[in-house]
Amino acid sequence: MTWPILSIVIFLPLVGVAFILTLRGDDEAIRNNARWAALWTTLLTFFISIFLITGFDRGIPDFQFVENHYWLGGTIRYHLGVDGISLPFVILTTALMPIAILTSFLSVSHRVKEYMIAFLVLETLMIGTFAALDIVLFYVFFEGGLIPMFLIIGIWGGKRRVYASFKFFLYTLLGSVLMLLAILAMYLHAGTTDITVLLTLGFPRGWQPWLFLAFLASFAVKLPMWPVHTWLPDAHVEAPTAGSVILAAILLKMGGYGFIRFSLPMFPAASEMFAPMMFALSVVAIVYTSLVALMQEDIKKLIAYSSVAHMGFVTMGIFTLTREGLQGGIFQMFSHGIVSGALFLCVGVVYDRVHTREIDAYGGLVNRMPLYAAAFMVFTLANVGLPGTSGFVGEFLTLLAVFKVNATVALFATLGVILSAAYALWLYRRVILGKLEKKNLMDILDLTPREMIIFAPLVVLTILFGIWPAPILDTSAASVASLVDRAHAALAAGQKAAFLMGGNP
Amino acid sequence: MSAQLPALGPIFPELLVIAGALALLLLGAIRGERVAGMVDISAILILLIAAGLTVLQPGERVEIFGGSFVVDDFSRFMKVLALLGSAAALLLSIDFFRVQNIHRFEFGILVLTAAAGMMVMISARDLVMLYLGLELMSLSLYVIAAIDRDNLRSTEAGLKYLVLGGLSSGMLLYGASLIYGFTGTVGFTGIAAAAKVPSIGLVFGLVFLFAGLAFKVSAVPFHMWTPDVYEGAPTPVTAFFVAGPKVAAIALFIRVAIEAFPGIVPQWQQIIVFISIASMVLGAFAAIGQRNIKRLMAYSSIGHVGYALVGLAAGTQTGIQGVLIYMAIYVAMTLGTFACILAMRRAGGMVEEIDELAGLARTQPMVAFFLAALLFSLAGIPPLAGFFAKFYVFLAAVDAKLYALAVIGVVSSVVGAFYYLRIVKLMYMDEPAGAFLPMPNELRVVLGICGLFVIFFFLYPSPLVAAAATAAKSLF
Repeated sequence: MTWPILSIVIFLPLVGVAFILTLRGDDEAIRNNARWAALWTTLLTFFISIFLITGFDRGIPDFQFVENHYWLGGTIRYHLGVDGISLPFVILTTALMPIAILTSFLSVSHRVKEYMIAFLVLETLMIGTFAALDIVLFYVFFEGGLIPMFLIIGIWGGKRRVYASFKFFLYTLLGSVLMLLAILAMYLHAGTTDITVLLTLGFPRGWQPWLFLAFLASFAVKLPMWPVHTWLPDAHVEAPTAGSVILAAILLKMGGYGFIRFSLPMFPAASEMFAPMMFALSVVAIVYTSLVALMQEDIKKLIAYSSVAHMGFVTMGIFTLTREGLQGGIFQMFSHGIVSGALFLCVGVVYDRVHTREIDAYGGLVNRMPLYAAAFMVFTLANVGLPGTSGFVGEFLTLLAVFKVNATVALFATLGVILSAAYALWLYRRVILGKLEKKNLMDILDLTPREMIIFAPLVVLTILFGIWPAPILDTSAASVASLVDRAHAALAAGQKAAFLMGGNP
Repeated sequence: MSAQLPALGPIFPELLVIAGALALLLLGAIRGERVAGMVDISAILILLIAAGLTVLQPGERVEIFGGSFVVDDFSRFMKVLALLGSAAALLLSIDFFRVQNIHRFEFGILVLTAAAGMMVMISARDLVMLYLGLELMSLSLYVIAAIDRDNLRSTEAGLKYLVLGGLSSGMLLYGASLIYGFTGTVGFTGIAAAAKVPSIGLVFGLVFLFAGLAFKVSAVPFHMWTPDVYEGAPTPVTAFFVAGPKVAAIALFIRVAIEAFPGIVPQWQQIIVFISIASMVLGAFAAIGQRNIKRLMAYSSIGHVGYALVGLAAGTQTGIQGVLIYMAIYVAMTLGTFACILAMRRAGGMVEEIDELAGLARTQPMVAFFLAALLFSLAGIPPLAGFFAKFYVFLAAVDAKLYALAVIGVVSSVVGAFYYLRIVKLMYMDEPAGAFLPMPNELRVVLGICGLFVIFFFLYPSPLVAAAATAAKSLF
C-alpha cells in the first residue's frame, strides 16, 4: 500500500485547525500557540509536499499520485491526482503558506485563532482545487475558497474591508455559478464527471462555445481578465498583507489553471474560435491596466493592477495553443506567484511600520533600510521582467509564442513590457530612492530577522528560476506537450469532419 | 370485519399520532396548563415513534381505502422528514413558551393534529383525501399561528392566515371540482388515465388546484401571507411552519403533478417554471431590504421553495430526487437557523432585528460559527450541504433542457447570497451589540445537530442521496 500523499497534503491543514480549536488558556497563550501551530502545520504540509516532487516522474504526461474513492454516488467520485501542470501550483501553495503565516505573526493581533483557522482551511481548499480530478470535486474546492477569503478580507482588512469582501465574494460567485451549469451540462452529456475522461471525450462543436463562455465567466473573473478585474484592486487594497499575498500568488492562478485544465483541452474548437477575443482582452489588460497602474497613488493598488497586466500575458500565452505559450503561461503564473506575493510582502513591511500605503508618504527609504531596498529591487526587476529574474522567462516564452501566431498582438504586448518597466521603476524611485525627508520615516528600522527569513527564500527563488528555469519547465513539459498535441488533433479532426460535411451535403 | 382489520396496518403511524393527540387532549383538559411541558415532551416522543414506525414499514407499495391512500417509498421519505422537522420545531418551542409565559398544552396537541394532516396529505392519492389532509393540517396551523392569543401580532397573523388560507382552499376546491367534472373521477390513477389529452376545462382545474397548492408552499404569486404570518407568529411556530407543513405541501404538490397529470406535463410544467422563477427572484430581491430576521427568513423560504420547485419543473425522476434532497437539507438549515433566532434573547426579552446579531462572533463564537455555516449553506456555497441541494435540482433542470430556468436560478442565488452574507458580516465584522442570554440546552442540541449535518454532509452524502433516489423512483 502506498501513502495517499495528496490527501495528506490536502487535509493536513485541517488537522492543524482541529488542533488550534482545542487550544485553551489565557488569551495571550492562545494567540501564540495558534500562530506556532499554524506555522508548523504549514511547514509540515510543505515538507510532505516535497515527496510529490521527488516521486513525480517527469517523463509521464499523465496524472500521478492518483486516488480514486467512492464519494457522492454515481460517477461523482473523490478523484485526485497531479500532472506536470498542476504540480507546480500545488508546490507553490504549500511553499507560500508558511510565509503567509509567518508574515501575520505580528501584523495580526486580534482574533488570531480565527485568522489562522481561516488560512489553514483556505490552504486545504486551494490545494484541493489544483489536485481534484473530478469536476464536481474541483468546483467544491474552487468555490469553497470564497468563504475563508471573504472572512479574511472582511474581518482583518482595512477601512473599506466590508465593501471589498462583498465585491470579491459576489463577483466571483456570479462567475462560478455559470460554470456550475456548464459542469452539469457536461456531466449529463458525458455521463461522467471524471476529468481524465472528459479530457479525451470531445464535446460536440455546437456546445463548445456555450461551455467555453460559461467557464470563461468563472475563470475570467478569478484570473482576473479585463474588464471583470475591478474587484481585484479593491480586494488587494483592503486585504491584510498575508491575504493579498495568497490572493495574488495562488487564488488568481486558479483562473489560469482552469483555462489550461478545462477550457483548452475540453473545448479546443471553441478555444480556437475565441482565441482572437482572448488575445484582444489580454492585450487590453496588458496595456490598459499598465497605464492605470502608472497613475496609482496607493502602492498595493499599483501592484494589483500590475497583476492584472501580468495575467494578460498568461491568457495570451495559453490561447496561442502552442507548447511555448502554455509553458510560458504556467511559468509566468508560477513566477508571478512568487514575485507579486513578495511585492505585497514588501508593502506589508513598510505598512506595518508607517501604517499607510500612499506612495507620497514614502521616499528615500534606501537610506535607512538598505536590505529592504535590495529585496524590493530584486522583486521590482522581476516584475519588470528583467533577464536573469524569473519574470523574464514567462514573458519571453509567451511573447515568443504569440509572435508566431499573431505579430500584431505581440507588438502591443511588448508595449506592455515597457509600460511595466515604467510603473515599477517609477514606484521604486518614489518609495525607495531620493532623499529621506519625511519626519516619520527618520527612525524607520530595516528588516527584522523574521522578515529576512521571509524574504530570503523568495529572493533566492526569483533569481534561481530566472537563470535556471528548467525545474518548472521540465516538470510541465510532458503534460503540456500531450495537451497541445491532443488539442491540435481534435482541431484537425474537427476540420476534416467539417470538410467532409461540406463536401457531401 | 376481522378480514378488513389488517388493512389498517399501513396507517398505523397516522393512527398513533391521532390517538396520541386525543389522549394528550384528555390529559390537558383534566389537568390543565400545568401539564403543558409533559404534553410537549410526549408529543415529541409520539412524533419520533411515528417517524420510527414509518421507517420500519415494509418497503413495498400499499394502497388502502380503495386506492385513495398510498404508502410507498416517497411517502415514507417525506413523512419521516415532516415528522422529524415537526418534532425538532416542538423541541425548539419548549423553552420559548416557558419564558414568554404562554406555555399552553394545546400547542403540542395541535402540532400532533397538524402532523396527522401532513401524513394524510403526503399519502393522499385522490382529491378528497388530499383535501381532508390539507384542511386537517391547515385548521391546526391557523390556531397555532394565533397561539399567543393575547398578543396582537400573533392573533393578526392567525387571522390573516385563516382568511387567505380559506381563499386558497376555495380555489383548490374549485380546481378539484373542475378536474372531477372533466375526468369523472377523483382518484389520481383515474385522472391520469383520463387526462391523456389536455382539455381546456381540465387545464383550468389544474391551474386552480396548483394555485391552491402554491399558496400552501408559499410560492410567488401566492406568497403574500408568508412574511406577515412568519413575522407575527411566535418564533417556534414559524420554525414549525417551515419544517413540517412546507414539506408536506411540497410532497402533495409533487404527487399531484407526477401521479395525477403525467400525461400533460407540458401544460403544468410551464406553470411550475413560472412560479419557480418568480419565487427565486422575489425571494432574492425582497429579502435584501428586510431588517427583521423572521421576515427575512420568510422571504428566504419563498426563495428556497422556488429552488425546490426547479426540480419539480423538470418533471423527471432526477428532478424529484433533487426536490427531496433539497427539502431534507433545507429543513435542517432552517431549524438550525431558527434555533439561533430563538437564542436572540436579552434581559429585556426576545429581539428580532438583524442588527442585534452584530458582533456575535465575539460574544458567542460557537453560535456565530454554526449560524455562519448555516447561512453560507443557505446561500448554496460548497462544501456545505446547501450546495448539494442546489446541485441536484439544477442538474435535473439542465437535464430537462430548462436552461433559462437554470440560469435565472443560479443568478438569483448570487443575489440571495448577498443578504445571507450581510448577516455573516454583522456577526463577524461589526462591533458587538451586547451578548445574548446563554442559549438553552434544547436549542444547543438542535443547532449542533443541524450545524454539524450541514458542515459535514459532504463527507458522506450517499445515504440521503440514495434514500431520495429510492423515494423518487416509487413515483414513476
